[in-house]
Amino acid sequence: MSRIGLSKLSHSYIDTPTDAADWALKEIDIEWSDGGAYALLGPSGCGKSTLLNIISGLVVPSNGRVLFDGRDVTELPPEQRNIAQVFQFPVTYDTMSVYANLAFPLRNRGVSEAKIDARVREIAEMLELTDMLERRAAGLTADAKQKISMGRGLVRQDVNVMMFDEPLTVIDPQLKWTLRSKLKELHQRVGVTMIYVTHDQTEALTFADQVVVMQDGEIVQIGTPVDLFERPTHTFVGHFIGSPGMNVLPCEVREGAAYFHGRHVPIDAGVGRPGEGARLEIGVRPEFTRFADDGGVPVTVVRVSDAGRHRVVETRAGDTRINLLTSESEAVPEGEAHLEFDPAHTRVYVDGWISEAA
Amino acid sequence: MATKSDNNRAWLFVIPVIVLVAFNAVVPLMTVVNYSVQETFGDNVFFWHGLGWFEDVLRSERAHAALARQLMFTFTILIIEIPLGVVIALTMPRKGVWVSVCLVLMALPLLIPWNVVGAMWNIFALPDIGLLGRLINSMGIDYNFTQQPLAAWFTMILMDVWHWTSLVALLAYAGLISIPDAYYQAAKIDGAKGWAVFRYIQLPKMKRVLTIAVLLRFMDSFMIYTEPSVLTGGGPGNSTTLLSIDLVKIALGQFDLGPAAAMSLIYFLITLLFSWIFYTVMTKDEGQ
Repeated sequence: MSRIGLSKLSHSYIDTPTDAADWALKEIDIEWSDGGAYALLGPSGCGKSTLLNIISGLVVPSNGRVLFDGRDVTELPPEQRNIAQVFQFPVTYDTMSVYANLAFPLRNRGVSEAKIDARVREIAEMLELTDMLERRAAGLTADAKQKISMGRGLVRQDVNVMMFDEPLTVIDPQLKWTLRSKLKELHQRVGVTMIYVTHDQTEALTFADQVVVMQDGEIVQIGTPVDLFERPTHTFVGHFIGSPGMNVLPCEVREGAAYFHGRHVPIDAGVGRPGEGARLEIGVRPEFTRFADDGGVPVTVVRVSDAGRHRVVETRAGDTRINLLTSESEAVPEGEAHLEFDPAHTRVYVDGWISEAA
Repeated sequence: MATKSDNNRAWLFVIPVIVLVAFNAVVPLMTVVNYSVQETFGDNVFFWHGLGWFEDVLRSERAHAALARQLMFTFTILIIEIPLGVVIALTMPRKGVWVSVCLVLMALPLLIPWNVVGAMWNIFALPDIGLLGRLINSMGIDYNFTQQPLAAWFTMILMDVWHWTSLVALLAYAGLISIPDAYYQAAKIDGAKGWAVFRYIQLPKMKRVLTIAVLLRFMDSFMIYTEPSVLTGGGPGNSTTLLSIDLVKIALGQFDLGPAAAMSLIYFLITLLFSWIFYTVMTKDEGQ
């Protein structure tokens, strides 16, 4: 178990990168504490897998350092870093029994059979694999195989960090939930630092204490799930997290107040001083948008979709689409309507980044 | 009221295949079966002989010896070609320009017609004018495959290994490159070293293609005729007379159609039996 530090880290798969697009990872600085649960969240191609492979040692970064407990491990190969990794597609040794699979990392390290037996049984118990220990790994279901891959990491007591590279991709939807909560439970029991890479916001938000949101090789926000929801620091985060994502409305700023279509939008956090010619937007989540009697922003209701316990109402103000969530019981006006935004959860974004009064 | 009527015109698509199979497999096979139970003295006059020819072949010491040589040959080349092919596949590059170079080089022997291979090796191994023959003799070893049974066997096996190891290597290579990187990465992380990686990742993943390789090499080498026939003609003496060579001698040399037909059928059944055994043994634990 250890602290993970990434210092001025950047990586390009091209030998001589020329412009910004050549970098798979732009400069990254992170400090993760021992025993935490972290998620790297972002769309495909955002660099999260590259970052994971750099931490595990499968990729050596172009610049910067990887530190485990302050020790520089940047150049060390994976086997000398004491890490464990669970891959997207379950990796099991198909000719071995489940028991032998779990024992494999320990046998390779020359641990005595008595110790191996105790440890394998303990971990199998935790993962609920005890009944199938004697079976061959080949014929098992994807979720059982994925548990075995986790188990091969968990049996080792010297593991610095356990990494998950979109581990639930091939798991059936019903089982995803079970496996996810199992993972959370395991993290609390064994207390090893875990890093979880995914493009699925639900997985990231339910698993991690801290989520790192990435886009185009850059970190856009690091925060708790609540932070990401309540105070996204970038419109990308607002849009990427949430279902539907945050509404982004083009606006004007005059004397520290924001105006949408000429109408004043009250904002508790205030507005910073935007530079000349910057792109100005108001961001507000559908959860904090509601119908007003009148005096709010005039919109046209376009579509209502039922999402089970609530409804998603899509409206338009000119060209701008604004979504809001309403409860099942609430009546949805047809045609013309007015909207208001909760001032505590409405913010102005300048060129995508949050801007608040100092 | 709609009744479902069967449209039998689909059979028209199947008939050409049935005709083709009948003429290239069923009719010749039945002709052989026909010969195997009859005796002829020429002039297209046949007499019923029952299972007599089969009894003769099964009791014939000559057939036993040919079968023994055949098995000896087949198992020797399998023992050499399968591991050698796997080793070559393991050392072939996975990426870069050398991949195509290697693939083309490996495929070359497979493209040479069988009788040409036999003729090439015949000349190559001749002790007086052949490169290989002279080289071995110049090292002080008395080597003459036209007179020494051991030298003839050595040359015949070397020729087959040269001709067919590529096939095993290419199949094994196809199996190897289909292994996702994640397996190697997981093995690294689990601390597995070279042998463990081969034993628990590469070998299991190559198993299916190796099954095919073993079956193909078994069948081909068990039925081999052209190459040894051109190289040694079954000699010196009968020392390299394999089953197929013996069969041709009986059928076309002595014109004993009945015994030759009986032997063909027995030969066919042995090939089938061994193929079945190989397949069953190599795929037996896939069901679990």
